[in-house]
Amino acid sequence: MPNATTRNAWALRLFEWVDARFPLSALWKEHLSEYYAPKNFNFWYYFGSLSLLVLVLQIVTGIFLTMNYKPDANLAFASVEYIMREVPWGWLIRYLHSTGASFFFICVYLHMFRALLYGSYRKPRELLWLIGVGIFLCLMAEAFFGYLLPWGQMSYWGAQVIVNLFGAIPVVGNDLAEWIRGDFVVSDATLNRFFALHVAALPLVLLGLVAVHILALHDEHVGSNNPDGTEIKQNKDPATGIPRDGIPFHPYYTVKDIFGAMVFLLVFSLIAFFAPEMGGYFLEHNNFIPADPLKTPPHIAPVWYFTPYYSVLRATTDELKWVIAIAVLVFMVWAFLRRSSTPVRMALLGVGVVLLAALVLLDAKVWGVLLMGASVLIFAFLPWLDRSPVKSIRYKGWIYKLALTLFVMAFIVLGYLGMQVPTTLLTRIAQVGTIVYFAFFLLMPWYSAIDKTETPPERLT
Amino acid sequence: MNAKRILLALVAAALAAGASPARAAGEGVKLDDVEPDVTDLASLQSGARTFVNYCLNCYGASLVRYNALRQIGLTDDQIRDNLMFTAEKVGMPMAVAMRPAEAAQWFGVAPPDLSVIARARGADWLYTYLRTFYRDSSTPTGWNNMVYPNVAMPHVLWALQGEQALKEVPATTRDGKPVIGEDGRPRKVARLEQVTPGALSTAAYDKTVYDLVNFLVWMGEPHQLERKRIGIWVLFGLTVLVFLTYFLKRAYWKNVH
Repeated sequence: MPNATTRNAWALRLFEWVDARFPLSALWKEHLSEYYAPKNFNFWYYFGSLSLLVLVLQIVTGIFLTMNYKPDANLAFASVEYIMREVPWGWLIRYLHSTGASFFFICVYLHMFRALLYGSYRKPRELLWLIGVGIFLCLMAEAFFGYLLPWGQMSYWGAQVIVNLFGAIPVVGNDLAEWIRGDFVVSDATLNRFFALHVAALPLVLLGLVAVHILALHDEHVGSNNPDGTEIKQNKDPATGIPRDGIPFHPYYTVKDIFGAMVFLLVFSLIAFFAPEMGGYFLEHNNFIPADPLKTPPHIAPVWYFTPYYSVLRATTDELKWVIAIAVLVFMVWAFLRRSSTPVRMALLGVGVVLLAALVLLDAKVWGVLLMGASVLIFAFLPWLDRSPVKSIRYKGWIYKLALTLFVMAFIVLGYLGMQVPTTLLTRIAQVGTIVYFAFFLLMPWYSAIDKTETPPERLT
Repeated sequence: MNAKRILLALVAAALAAGASPARAAGEGVKLDDVEPDVTDLASLQSGARTFVNYCLNCYGASLVRYNALRQIGLTDDQIRDNLMFTAEKVGMPMAVAMRPAEAAQWFGVAPPDLSVIARARGADWLYTYLRTFYRDSSTPTGWNNMVYPNVAMPHVLWALQGEQALKEVPATTRDGKPVIGEDGRPRKVARLEQVTPGALSTAAYDKTVYDLVNFLVWMGEPHQLERKRIGIWVLFGLTVLVFLTYFLKRAYWKNVH
């Protein structure tokens, strides 16, 4: 038996051997032990590492599900139930995966909300934010493709509805929808390709984007934002070159995030073990009926994390088109009266004319699809829409606090309405929600500029 | 920090207020509440007996093997001798002898597989559905249902329940006064009335249906008890880890000001 010293010597020699051939200690230092993060992270800063935890959980459980799942229209539904009944611990793996899907969105939404609170998308983090939007889009696609796989009624008809949306695009729409499905309706061919995209293509893109997201964050000119929005790299100790308000990520934030992970897993397990259907929100009741191409369910609703955007789609009626047309006209008049240089003015007027023409020519259904897409993509423009002199909500005025509150309310209300059977009243509420949702972004250049702000402190609080 | 509090409160309120997404039910029929209890082995076994004797002739549960019934306290011999009518070995699925094409010809639609029906419909729906069949001469089977109007399924349990008929009776408020509709006439509601008695009393029939629904709920997810049993230990272990990692974090952060 080697004693402790010789064992350590062995480990050290192995480490040195690797380090002479691979930048192991350099990577460790750059991303953990010598990555200096602001010392004042609060509750909202847990959700980045938690999203990563859920990603790993989804990949690991997904691999085990793939071992028993059959991507075949005749076998898929029964193979999921086979996993639930016959595969040892299959029920656990499946519930971890289905609960994980919802929790992925919970974590990512809270992670994005954190950015809205503290202006984490502002310079120099615009690219970091854009990569994040890319991850979000990728995650939505991943969730959408994955939801078809259980081959229940909601899987089938949800996919049918969403793919048909592409059919609304003028000229190429129907061919495009057919190309996506690989058939005239959602069928075995669709299931097979969605399976390929869900288990191979998108996870690869997702992992790549997550790696790039972290690299962009850890760049020597970027680094983490914080609840004060004060850049810690502007106040370094001249002797060491280390930010005065920074602490090394390891061990400080590794131990903190481990604690966060345990609390998260506790909440996660509470649902995965005691309410995996979550009252029909995480696993929809109708999805326990096998897909039937001949029987359209009376009420088709996507899973909760897509419903805000689905609400925007359904809220887009001819009336809402008029509201948009009036908004575009007001914008054009404003752009015309404003003393801006002629080329900018002409460009803005040009955009207005194109929008008005599109409003006249395209019907409400196409606009619904466009607005639904816009409601997701508009997040990408935040770094250039926000003109506030400060980053953090702590030093912004009441206007932004009110705007953000209204936006969160609109998001939740739209999400709730997206699950309900539409009525005249509910559609009206969804239309108001849609207007509030877009106003938060489109009016931001104006209200963020006039909002009264306080000067953030030079050192973190 | 007021804005943060308000936002947190909003999120919490939204989560609390969210009613369960709608389950498809017949228009305006109020479902009776029922609390399934999958720990009640006697009830599950009674339900299994009713299921095999009355349901399995037309409906399969092809995702469930006969020997899964061991989990509700039966032995292989008991299963083989008393319950196994459609298979030769206890490891075989609870399939139905009818071919789907023939079934569609006889009933207009092939009866669905019932393996996960309780998860799709819910216990309340099934419990109410199985107790609200009534005589209706206008349908091909001579039966109709309040929860699922014009359902293709006849009243399989009619010998137990007896026959009911749908009667229009004047609606009354809680204190017994008649309800007047918007057109000024007394409003009427549909009520079921027992016409001929069945082999069981109403209470005994309700219990039989309860046991059957209980069995369907168990069959929808046979591992549900195991899931909760293990869940308790997982929560216990994670609670310990939450405390340990909290103190670990506090120890490391002692000098950060």
